[in-house]
Amino acid sequence: MKVSVDEDKCCGAGSCVLAAPDVFDQRDEDGVVVLLNAEPPAELHDAVREAADVCPAAAITLRTAP
Amino acid sequence: MTSTLDPANHPPADAPDYPMSRAEGCPFDPPPRLERLREETPLARVRLWDGTTPWLVTRFADQRAVLSDRRVSADMTHPTYPRSAPGRASLSFIGMDDPEHARLRRMVGSAFTVKNVAAMRPAVQRIVDEAVDGLLAGPRPVDLVEAFALPVPSLVICDLLDVPYADHDFFQRNSRTMVHRKSTPEQRAEASGELARYLGGLVGEKLGEPGGADLLSRLARRVAAGDLTMREATEMAVLLLIAGHETTANMIALSTLLLLRNPDQLALLRDSDDPTVATRAVEELLRYLNITHGGRRRVAVEDMEVAGCPVRAGEGLILPNDVANRDPRAFDDPDELDITREARHHVAFGFGVHQCLGQPLARLELEVVYRTLYRRLPELRLATEFETIPFKHDGFVYGVYELPVTW
Repeated sequence: MKVSVDEDKCCGAGSCVLAAPDVFDQRDEDGVVVLLNAEPPAELHDAVREAADVCPAAAITLRTAP
Repeated sequence: MTSTLDPANHPPADAPDYPMSRAEGCPFDPPPRLERLREETPLARVRLWDGTTPWLVTRFADQRAVLSDRRVSADMTHPTYPRSAPGRASLSFIGMDDPEHARLRRMVGSAFTVKNVAAMRPAVQRIVDEAVDGLLAGPRPVDLVEAFALPVPSLVICDLLDVPYADHDFFQRNSRTMVHRKSTPEQRAEASGELARYLGGLVGEKLGEPGGADLLSRLARRVAAGDLTMREATEMAVLLLIAGHETTANMIALSTLLLLRNPDQLALLRDSDDPTVATRAVEELLRYLNITHGGRRRVAVEDMEVAGCPVRAGEGLILPNDVANRDPRAFDDPDELDITREARHHVAFGFGVHQCLGQPLARLELEVVYRTLYRRLPELRLATEFETIPFKHDGFVYGVYELPVTW
């Protein structure tokens, strides 16, 4: 799984951090998403999928690794 | 192609009034007519107080799609924005679109990051502990709304903004006037003006003493740097105060009443040592109760399709989260209160770029209340007949006006 984030779309709601704190964080100055791990291990995939699903701004894109 | 959803087949003359009434004896459930509409059609015309007939989007997935669509606007000054009352003031970035919305929202984003809110936990716990101490030291029965549900979030937001607690009554009075459906436009404008003057004064004071970590000091630094006008800073401060005040207070009182009516669920929450029980309960109670019951509102700014039906530029859209959160397409047994379920994908905080900015703080406050109040008052019970409790059917934020309890 490859994760990417769109900082321009992000509205800083923090849902991704609650769902997958090992993969997502927020910039301290404005709350915009920070991607901690673009290729998270398999055991985190469910949490990352939930993070992408609950993101209100569709700022998280997931791609299945080839 | 003719669709049954084509506006031509739904003459606005037949449009039912919105908002709709809840059923007698079912104060925790959405209006039955709204639930029927959701099962009949994904999109329906409704009639508002001013005679306009915007679209009502009834289902979970369609609501999420519309709220995250860039072809809809949240601009409350748009001539065909479906307004919920005459003269209702627009509150800072809530009523704006990107990029202006994002510019302003990001200036206060730091205060509400998951990490920075987590750092507030000791302060929130202290506020809740002291409020419970006050209950235990005070008379019984007591109105839980006045004695606990309102002061707790007030103290938290005042802490966040570094507003003196001595001015608390002033805030509560004015914020209630601002959100009460029966307030006249003049009363609302006056309350808003009072709050703006007061908070503007505080921001001004902070300009003279830079360096504070509180939110008003952060806003003052933005003003000093020329990123923000004084007026924008003041409007944001008013928005954050109101948004952090009534919502959490109503949620605390209403969810406590719901738990008292569901003693098995209350016992699960009270008797568990697992902190994730309270975390899940917060999400389920938010999903179930939907205190912001007036529907999210938008206006289409381009022609678009919603659930396969054409919506024209300039048409209003209403998205009531109460029926979306009870949509059987999104939640199993949606009318069942089950605090152990995984409900985090609910839309009680809205969806799209306007989704509640303060949600980490709301979650923290509710979790601390749920882990503290019922454990320290294990005999908590209603001190009146359930049937006599007055519900805020007429409020922008739903809840109870009072909740007499004893223990």
